[in-house]
Amino acid sequence: MTIGAINWGLALDSFPVLVQGAKITLQFTVVSIFFGMILGLVFALGRMAKSKIIKFLAATYIDFFRGTPLLVQIFLIYFGLPQLFPFTLPDNYQYIAGAIAMSLNCGAYTAEIFRAGIQSIDYGQAEAARSLGMSHIQSMRYIILPQAFKVVVPPLGNEFITLLKDSSLLAIIAIEDLMYTGKIIAGRTFQALPIFMMVAVMYLSMTMVLSRLVNYTEKRLSKSDNG
Amino acid sequence: MITVSNLHKYFGKLEVLKGIDMEVKEREVVVIIGASGSGKSTLLRCLNKLEDITSGEITIDHIPLNSESNVNAIRREVGMVFQRFNLFPHMTALQNVVLAPQIVRNLSKQEAEEIGLELLNKVGLSDKMHEYPRRLSGGQQQRVAIARALAMRPKVMLFDEATSALDPEMVGEVLAVMRDLAREGMTMVVVTHEMGFAREVGDRLIFIDEGVIVEEGPPVEIFSNPRNPRTQAFLSKIL
Repeated sequence: MTIGAINWGLALDSFPVLVQGAKITLQFTVVSIFFGMILGLVFALGRMAKSKIIKFLAATYIDFFRGTPLLVQIFLIYFGLPQLFPFTLPDNYQYIAGAIAMSLNCGAYTAEIFRAGIQSIDYGQAEAARSLGMSHIQSMRYIILPQAFKVVVPPLGNEFITLLKDSSLLAIIAIEDLMYTGKIIAGRTFQALPIFMMVAVMYLSMTMVLSRLVNYTEKRLSKSDNG
Repeated sequence: MITVSNLHKYFGKLEVLKGIDMEVKEREVVVIIGASGSGKSTLLRCLNKLEDITSGEITIDHIPLNSESNVNAIRREVGMVFQRFNLFPHMTALQNVVLAPQIVRNLSKQEAEEIGLELLNKVGLSDKMHEYPRRLSGGQQQRVAIARALAMRPKVMLFDEATSALDPEMVGEVLAVMRDLAREGMTMVVVTHEMGFAREVGDRLIFIDEGVIVEEGPPVEIFSNPRNPRTQAFLSKIL
């Protein structure tokens, strides 16, 4: 293979196609943030539950998904899980597998962030709530979680940024995200440098917008009242 | 109203309460005094099960404090005021007061706010009802906390060193609110270091030392003529 001149113009030419990939990247990130937050809250509460079984199950889930590479998790769900099911899977199974893997991964990290946030709230708050006759759930819902939410915004933002970047691993199971689209164009044109520079700039733009959004939320929350 | 019999409480291997028997009658103001670590706060916290008891029996308003559903029932009837206020920082003074009546007593927003305004007015803070706790002084925060507990229309009020975290100039305003409550006939159990308050407002004084009730009786009598040597030693240090 001969190395030709670097065609920087191609980076701009391929921008519209890469944008299509970036949309997929964002879709997967948003979906896994959504389900990850729900899973995270459930497992954070599970990890603090009184029941030892629930605590153990939650801890196992959290440890597994934080302690193994996301790529392995994607492979387990994309290649491994179908072995359990005798029926044929839908053609687009890679999307489902990718979304499940990312959500489960995000859920595990989010669970630890929520747990730290909840435990950072002074115990006197829960005591005051319980002494007024509130149930455990009411005390969480009205007193602890609203305060914990403010504490978790910055680490949650970091997790979302990591998730957005890590979603590039989905390219390996042929999900046409930004990374995958870039790889295809680069492979076809042999212009890896301009294409992946463009891909990098696009990831950077997305993470920068996200981090601004987190900063803005953080500021607005701390302005609203107590701090 | 409150009956405690043979109450024992361990923290791990440390026995903090060593067989407490006490009774509080309706409309009575019982003041508990004792040195730090004597177990007086622990005793108070056992009364609404913020601490699990190791053995013994507690009955409040004829409800035994034994099952989880009874615990919630009792907590609805027992108001508690903490040393460090524990106001909800993400809510205004009024929101602090009206939340529990709404979600625990199922009052409408309007009914709860009527009660809230009445109580904030009673503690002299109706002009601060839309302020967040961090904008209030310690004394003001504690008065909101008292209003918050009263909003549940409790039958008993527990005060756990309610003035100990306050700057000296704010102690008076909180004690004044407590004094008014006592005059209105509220049943109160007060753990405090304020001996003046104990003498003036208390119907009965209980002196706890090392987890046992050493002496109890009318405050004036105990202050002027303590019988037990441990009570004498304690009072000589603080009076």
